[in-house]
Amino acid sequence: MTPLLSVRNITKRYGPHLGCGDISFDLYPGEVMGIVGESGSGKSTLLNCLAGHIPPDDGRVIFDTRADGPRDTLQMGEAARRMLSRTDWAFVHQHARDGLRMGVSAGGNIGERLMAVGGRNYGTIRAAAGDWLGRVEISESRIDDRPSTFSGGMQQRLQIARNLVTGPRLIFMDEPTGGLDVSVQARLLDLLRGLVRDMGLSAIVVTHDLAVVRLLAHRLMVMKDGHVVESGLTDQVLDDPQHGYTQLLVSSVLQV
Amino acid sequence: MSDDYNFAYLDEQTKRMIRRAILKALAIPGYQVPFASREMPMPYGWGTGGVQVTAATLTPDDRLKVIDQGADDTTNAVSIRKFFERTAGVEVVTSTSEASIIQTRHRIPEEPLGDDQILVYQVPIPEPLRFLEPRESETRKMHALEEYGLMHVKLYEDIARHGHIATAYAYPVKVEGRYVMDPSPIPKFDNPKMEMAAIQLFGAGREQRIYALPPWTRVVSLDFEDHPFDPSKAEHPCALCGAEDAYLDEVITDDQGGRMFVCSDTDYCETRRANGHRGELAEDAA
Repeated sequence: MTPLLSVRNITKRYGPHLGCGDISFDLYPGEVMGIVGESGSGKSTLLNCLAGHIPPDDGRVIFDTRADGPRDTLQMGEAARRMLSRTDWAFVHQHARDGLRMGVSAGGNIGERLMAVGGRNYGTIRAAAGDWLGRVEISESRIDDRPSTFSGGMQQRLQIARNLVTGPRLIFMDEPTGGLDVSVQARLLDLLRGLVRDMGLSAIVVTHDLAVVRLLAHRLMVMKDGHVVESGLTDQVLDDPQHGYTQLLVSSVLQV
Repeated sequence: MSDDYNFAYLDEQTKRMIRRAILKALAIPGYQVPFASREMPMPYGWGTGGVQVTAATLTPDDRLKVIDQGADDTTNAVSIRKFFERTAGVEVVTSTSEASIIQTRHRIPEEPLGDDQILVYQVPIPEPLRFLEPRESETRKMHALEEYGLMHVKLYEDIARHGHIATAYAYPVKVEGRYVMDPSPIPKFDNPKMEMAAIQLFGAGREQRIYALPPWTRVVSLDFEDHPFDPSKAEHPCALCGAEDAYLDEVITDDQGGRMFVCSDTDYCETRRANGHRGELAEDAA
C-alpha cells in the first residue's frame, strides 16, 4: 500500500536553534498519528512544515495526490500547494480564532472552502453548511450567527466542520482540545473519533495531552528537543515506555 | 490659466511615470499597478488618484468634463474643473458627448461613450478583497493565484442576512475571466455599462494604485447561479425629464414625506428637457 504521506528527513532551524531535526515517518490511509512532547519540543514546527505553512530547511514531504500519485509538496508550485490545502488537506488550529473568519457567519465559514473550489450555487452551499453544522452538533438555527457569539467548544467544532466540508483525506490538528474544559474536550474527542472513522480520514494530531492521543491515535511519536525519541503503537508506547523522557511524561499524568 | 505651474500641475517626469503605469494597467486589464502617487493640493478622498490620471492623459486640445455622483455642479466636480482650468487652461464642458476626457466620481454617464473618449474614475479603495482580508501581502497572493472564493463569501453573507445580494455599489466584477476588480463605488446599475467603447482608467491616490479597462473588455459581475446579478434602480421615471432608463436620486422635498426621483446624471436630464421631454413635476416654464 502506498503511504498517504511520506515524510523524509525534515529539518528546520531557527538560526542556531534547532526547531525539529531529521524526522521521517510514513502515514497510511485511515491512520491517525499522534505527536506528543513538552512545549518547545518542535511538535508545532514539524506540523507547520508538513502543512506547508513554513518551509523546512531540508527534507521531503511526499503526498499521494488524487490526480498524479505521490508528489513532493515542497517542490510543488505555491498555487498547487494552496489548492491541495483547501481540498485534500485540512488544518485545525489550537485557537479557533486563527482558523475561523470571526466576522463571517457560521454558514459562510463552512461555505468558504466550497466557494474557493468553484461552488456557485447558493442553495447547495447553504444546504451543505446546514448539514455540516448538524454533523458537528451545532444547531442549524445558528447558521447565520457569527462565531464570536459561539462558546469555545462550538468554535472549535465549527472550525472542524469548515475544514471537513470538502472531504479532505488528511487532517492536521494542532492541540485541537487545548483551552477547552474537560467535558467539552471529551465531546470534541468523541466527535473527532467518529468523523475520522466515518470518513476514513488520516490525521496527524499534535498535543501535549496524553489522553487525547490515547483516544485518537493509532501510532505515537514522542518528541524532545527537536528529535523523535520514541515511536510505536500508542498503547505500546504509553503502557511500556522505553525512553527515559517518555517514562517521565507518562508518570507525570495525574491519576484521578 | 496660471503660468506658475507646469501644464496640468504635475511635472513632466511624474506624468511619464503615471503614463507608464497606465500603459501597464491597460496591458493587464483589472490588475492594480502600483505607482508613486504624489501629494496633490487637495485632501485624500477628494479624487487625488483620478486627478493625477487626468493630468497625465490631458493634452491642450482636450475638452474636460468632471462629474461627481452624476452631477456637474457639486463641490468636488466644480473644484477639480477649476483646478484644471487654472493649471492646464483646457476647455471645460458639461456635455457628455462633447467631452474627450471625463473624470468621474461614482457614476458612469447615461449617454453611451465613444472610442475617442476616456473615462477616469476616482477610486477610494482599489482592493476588492480589502474588507475580507486585511493583509496586503495576502490579497496580492490571492490575485496572483486567482483565489477568489472569498469574494463569494461576501455575497453569501449578503444573501444569508438580507435574502438577496444587498451590495448596491462597488459591486465586484471579474475582468476578462482573470482579475477580480473593484469598479469604484459606482451603483451596480452602472456595472453592465462597463463594456464600452471608451478607455476606462481608475486612479487611487492614497492607495497608490492605477488599473484600467481597455475598450470592450469583458466585465462580468459576480453572482450565484440561483441569485443572479440584478442591476436594479428605483422603480420610478425621472420627475423632471420622465426618463425610464436612467439611474435616479431620491430627493426629499419636505417634512411631510414628500419626495421626488430625479436623474443622477444632470447633463442627461438637462439634454432631455431641452429636447422637450417632461416629467410629472417639471415646471413647464423651463
